[in-house]
Amino acid sequence: MGLTAPPEHRTVSYAPESQEGWVTTRMDFLVNWARANSLWPMPFGTACCAIEFMATAASDFDLARFGMERMSFSPRQADVLICAGRVPFKLAPIIRRIWQQMPQPKWAISMGACASTGGMFDNYAVVQGIDTIIPVDVYVPGCPPRPEGLIYGIRMLQEKVKNERSSDAGIRDEMEPDPSSQLYIPPSVIDELGEPFGNSVNQTRSGL
Amino acid sequence: MTRFEVVRTGASASGAQPATPRNVPHRGGEANPSAKALQDKFSAAIKRVEVIWAETIVYVAPASAHEVIRWLHDDQSQQYDFLSDVTAVEYRDADVPIELVWQLRSLPYRRFLRIKAQLPKGMPLEIDSVWDIYKSADWLERECYDMFGIRFRGHPDLRRILMWEQYKEGYPLRKDFPLRGRFSRSEQLRQALAQNPEARYSMEELTIADAFAELPEDMRERLGKGERTGE
Repeated sequence: MGLTAPPEHRTVSYAPESQEGWVTTRMDFLVNWARANSLWPMPFGTACCAIEFMATAASDFDLARFGMERMSFSPRQADVLICAGRVPFKLAPIIRRIWQQMPQPKWAISMGACASTGGMFDNYAVVQGIDTIIPVDVYVPGCPPRPEGLIYGIRMLQEKVKNERSSDAGIRDEMEPDPSSQLYIPPSVIDELGEPFGNSVNQTRSGL
Repeated sequence: MTRFEVVRTGASASGAQPATPRNVPHRGGEANPSAKALQDKFSAAIKRVEVIWAETIVYVAPASAHEVIRWLHDDQSQQYDFLSDVTAVEYRDADVPIELVWQLRSLPYRRFLRIKAQLPKGMPLEIDSVWDIYKSADWLERECYDMFGIRFRGHPDLRRILMWEQYKEGYPLRKDFPLRGRFSRSEQLRQALAQNPEARYSMEELTIADAFAELPEDMRERLGKGERTGE
């Protein structure tokens, strides 16, 4: 067949002493490349989104392709907090504690409608979006999001990590909550975020 | 074989199979014989008996509920040895009292019985705990207290169980409780973040007091001083 290479192309001459390779690159690029491809997730699964998260980590979707095969069940060894599911107020101090235990650099993904906004649970028991408790980098919409959706969110986070610059001193500062209220953002903003929207606007208050 | 015949272990091996009841009338079906026995024994305390979809509901006076349940549990001809649930119902109508519901199950006789007691509104919502009869009532009554604010006299450790102990907004399943809660979202969040999720053990809860010596030093010190959460 004509696909066989001619004999002079089949051999490679190799002289080790003349082949010592080296590359130049930016430090930021190298560090960000390493970080983005070895994000260890801290899974915080509270509801059905966690099932999709497990599917993402399992063999069909194989989160390991993106360097996340190692679930870190200790926050002290985690890089990215993935909050999958609704967070009731009773869990608010717990997710806050886990976030504060994670070392810098750290990121957070809010997976699904409930974690991002409270979703359909516009009631007395559920936090209206975990961004009122911890800073969030990527929101993944869906109820629950399919594994492709989560992987897209993770790729977005990797893009964000790859574009960080170590000369930005501020991005690694640990946020300190307001000492009196323990909140990161002003109460008026939280009230505004918690305003009812969509169908909830039409809910009547149940009073006798 | 009628529905309420006594079934002993191995009885179904003789050929009598427990069957799903069919053609059940809405009202006026066959009542659980325990209802008749209750009417004979506690005629004054039994308000009325209803059979709805073949399930027997006995309304008792709140003051005698504990006595009635004690008898149902102890009497050899009843043997209600399993408490499925303790809960409450509040109706929208302001005149209808709050109902307290006990779901009882007699394993030897294969009988279900629902006991209800009506607590009028405008009075303190209090009733005797059945914890001394069924130990499983402990958490069920705590949940009922948490959601409806009904106080169970004689309960060993009546605290909130679903909401955190410092929860101040009231009793969420009551009809006058707004769906989104009473406080603003930021105030709710502030109070939620102020809870201390680790300090939730009381000395009463640690009736594993045998293990007291093995607890961490700081916890022993706190509990030794009689510290309680939620107060």
